[in-house]
Amino acid sequence: MTGVPLSAYLVLALVLFCIGLYGALTKRNAVIVLISIELMLNAANINLVAFSKLGVTPSITGQVFSLFTITIAAAEAAVGLAILMSLYRNRKTVNVDEMDIMKH
Amino acid sequence: MTLSGELIAFFGLALVAILGGVLLITLTKVVHMVIALVFTFLSIAGIYLLLSAEFVAVVQILIYSGAITIVMLFGIMLTKHQESDEPAKGGWGKITLLLAIAGFAVAVYLGIYNLDIPVQPATLHEENTKQIGIELFSKYVIPFEVMSVLLLVALVGAIVLAKKDDEEGDQS
Repeated sequence: MTGVPLSAYLVLALVLFCIGLYGALTKRNAVIVLISIELMLNAANINLVAFSKLGVTPSITGQVFSLFTITIAAAEAAVGLAILMSLYRNRKTVNVDEMDIMKH
Repeated sequence: MTLSGELIAFFGLALVAILGGVLLITLTKVVHMVIALVFTFLSIAGIYLLLSAEFVAVVQILIYSGAITIVMLFGIMLTKHQESDEPAKGGWGKITLLLAIAGFAVAVYLGIYNLDIPVQPATLHEENTKQIGIELFSKYVIPFEVMSVLLLVALVGAIVLAKKDDEEGDQS
């Protein structure tokens, strides 16, 4: 019984991470930028869970750690959207190109 | 390598996950992008099931495809946006970025493509939730409590940030 090799999971996580990175750097709507960052965090989670089963010493620690990561990601999404709301109230835009108030 | 059921499931789920990501990049309407990403989150939950992490898979479905997607949709609905997120001024910037990301991908791929760790027998699938609970409350109890404080801070911070501050003038 040959299972899926570890490198297949790692390559999947790499592809998802690159998609998220590209989205975060090119999209102009700030909500989409936030959700691309969530995609990148998810790719890291896949790595954690994959190593927890197929790593050198399989143990449950990787899964516990990925639960912590998911918690952090949820908190980050909430705070990010709150900042976005407050910014939108002041500047009437969610376009990241126009968020340059601290630039000059 | 024989075509086992696990392999077929992995390829199907990976295909849906990557397809969702590609749709996130290519679709033009903002709401459609978020909906496309729900498919990615769900198939990542399926990947977790393949890796015998049932509890993490359920948490993934609840938190990501439930909570975070809904919060993001609220964020889209509550802000006035252009219906479609028109791409930025393409050109050299985007091409350079693509090249940089491709270089990063190739560099990491060279490191992982022949990574071969002999598979050890693991008992992660037996009473998965119970194992996580025991580990969480015996070995990782302090990080767990710190995490609860962090969630409280994030909750208060989000409320304070998003609160309407129109009566700021008359309070001293």
